[in-house]
Amino acid sequence: MISRRRLLASAGVGAAAVGLGGGGLLAGHRLAEASEGGTGIVPFYGDHQAGIGTPAQDRLHFATFDLLTEDPAELRELLRSWTVAAAEASAGEMVGNVNEVPLAPPDDTGETVGLLPSSLTVTFGFGPSLFEKPGLGLAGKRPAVLQQLPPLPADELDPAQSGGDLCVQACADDPQVAFHAVRNLARIGRGLVAMRWSQLGFGRTSTTSRSQDTPRNLMGMKDGTANIRAEDSEAMDRFVWVGREGPAWMRGGSYLVARRIRMLLEVWDRAPLQDQERTIGRHKYSGAPLDGRDEFEPLPLEAERNGHPLIPRDAHVRLASARENGGARILRRGYSFTDGVDESLGELEAGLFFISFQRDPEQFVAIQRRLGSMDALNEYIKHVGSALFAVPRGAQPGGYVGEALFS
Amino acid sequence: MTPTRRRAALSAVVAALLALFAAACGSSDEEAATAAPESGQTSSKAEAAVATYRDYLEENADLLVVETKPFVAAVVAGNLAEAKSLYAPPRIPYERIEPVADTFGSLDPRIDARENDVAAGEFEGFHRIEKALWEEGTTQGMAPVAEQLQKDVEALAAKVKTVDPRAVDVANGAVALLGEVSASKITGEEERYSHIDLVDFEANVEGSEAAFEAVKPLLDETDPELSGEIEAHFKMVFAALEPYRRGNGFVSYTELTPADTRRLAQAIDTLAEELSQVPAAIAPAEES
Repeated sequence: MISRRRLLASAGVGAAAVGLGGGGLLAGHRLAEASEGGTGIVPFYGDHQAGIGTPAQDRLHFATFDLLTEDPAELRELLRSWTVAAAEASAGEMVGNVNEVPLAPPDDTGETVGLLPSSLTVTFGFGPSLFEKPGLGLAGKRPAVLQQLPPLPADELDPAQSGGDLCVQACADDPQVAFHAVRNLARIGRGLVAMRWSQLGFGRTSTTSRSQDTPRNLMGMKDGTANIRAEDSEAMDRFVWVGREGPAWMRGGSYLVARRIRMLLEVWDRAPLQDQERTIGRHKYSGAPLDGRDEFEPLPLEAERNGHPLIPRDAHVRLASARENGGARILRRGYSFTDGVDESLGELEAGLFFISFQRDPEQFVAIQRRLGSMDALNEYIKHVGSALFAVPRGAQPGGYVGEALFS
Repeated sequence: MTPTRRRAALSAVVAALLALFAAACGSSDEEAATAAPESGQTSSKAEAAVATYRDYLEENADLLVVETKPFVAAVVAGNLAEAKSLYAPPRIPYERIEPVADTFGSLDPRIDARENDVAAGEFEGFHRIEKALWEEGTTQGMAPVAEQLQKDVEALAAKVKTVDPRAVDVANGAVALLGEVSASKITGEEERYSHIDLVDFEANVEGSEAAFEAVKPLLDETDPELSGEIEAHFKMVFAALEPYRRGNGFVSYTELTPADTRRLAQAIDTLAEELSQVPAAIAPAEES
């Protein structure tokens, strides 16, 4: 095991490294070094893939890939290699085992040497288009609910930032660690996959654990106050994890919806405070519902003032609330992004890279149908990218993500 | 971020100091007596501002009905070329008063929704016909859509005339109209088949200017400097549009380069940023 940290501390550590297991295109898998620094390692292996119910880290690098092969054996090998590399990176180890051969390019690209594991999680998903490649023979394994998302009101989608056969969600507390994971997976997959689009996220906009404070999105609003918390295992089972309704390979998995939501920040920034608050339905600074004092007060959806609802009919929190959506909830795990300047406007190219996990994509579709047609927030946002992925259940040591898809 | 936060903190300090000062001095009857007549004056100015803007609303609501009629007639008659040439005129009064139209629930989407704004099968109004004329190259099947459009704009015009805004709402509307420009006109998304986006652009700015001019007397009283800057910036925006004017319309959006749209977008952002300060600036003059 080559710890990135220890590599710095002692020379020639490669010779002492002990490889466990074997097989795969590249390296054998290595067990996580749980003792490394004691903190900052999220176990890669488990019943569920990491990066869903685990606490949201601060940084994201999300990428989707087009599969260039229709040979199922090659896809299996790719997933096996990706699994091994993701497990190594999550454990804070270097990727691969050829890293100190003078005449060979190192397996690991090296930019995380000396960095802590940084709670890296790597989450893999399969897009609907993967199941439409005849050569792979996966049509029979396709879950009925894994269809391209339907056109939704107010969509302004750019095909170049939508879709993909495979996705990788890398989250970490250090942006370089997240970047490193995606970069190395892309390198390992070269020839089998081509990166279709990717997104860096610089700040989490959701809370997925009770141990976290609610962060603010780029509108300066607290986001995700009413999100599902991972500690609420009943809600996770009910709304996030696929159960017996899904094919065996998806049980314990989830469906990932990614939406690149461009915020018209210049327009938002000139809206009066009270308009901003009425658009969302919460006070900007406290995060409390309108007229409330505490962020976690229940939304007074029935309350009226002067014959009008206190929380306006088109307020974002009302339309997104479980109560207005037949009880449906989703786990949000989005990130703020900026990609510099929109050259045709001279305005900030920035917004929310929305990610949600749900047991059935329809949970998202139903909520977004309402939001897209009625949400006051639509004046300030545009959905410009979209993708859906089936995220299979987690892998066990020795196995690989998606293995059950091929059995 | 920092300057803004600092500004918020500073104004909080100023407010606290003022409160302290008021508490320390007490408010003498003398001061109250001198303040009262002034506030009476400003209140009537606020009423005048609203009345001016209501006239503008009414005028454009009527114009919308009048200009829609020949367009609808051409569509119903199946005259493709004429229908295309008559498409822009009713768009102008509509775009001038768009934020007001927006407040009438389902009417606005029926009149002005873009295809992706609504569920499949609910796409109607101006842009449904626009799509037929330019993309499908036909008026076929559009007669009922056009006739419904005429009914809807008439219903809208009647409702617009019942609006009774406050002066700050009018000022907010001026900002919202520029938001429309930023969100959909300067991106070419509004008129995606006919590409007459600059026609809508100018109409939005005209509507914004009319709203601003209505409340300007209030602002002249509370912040004449801001008032002057905004007037200058309106001139700047109209001047920025001039190079693209052709006949009684504008060049197609598709002829604009990223440098063109960038220049226009920046002019709008500059003006809108100033304009967004108006509601708070006139509030004292309105409320007293």
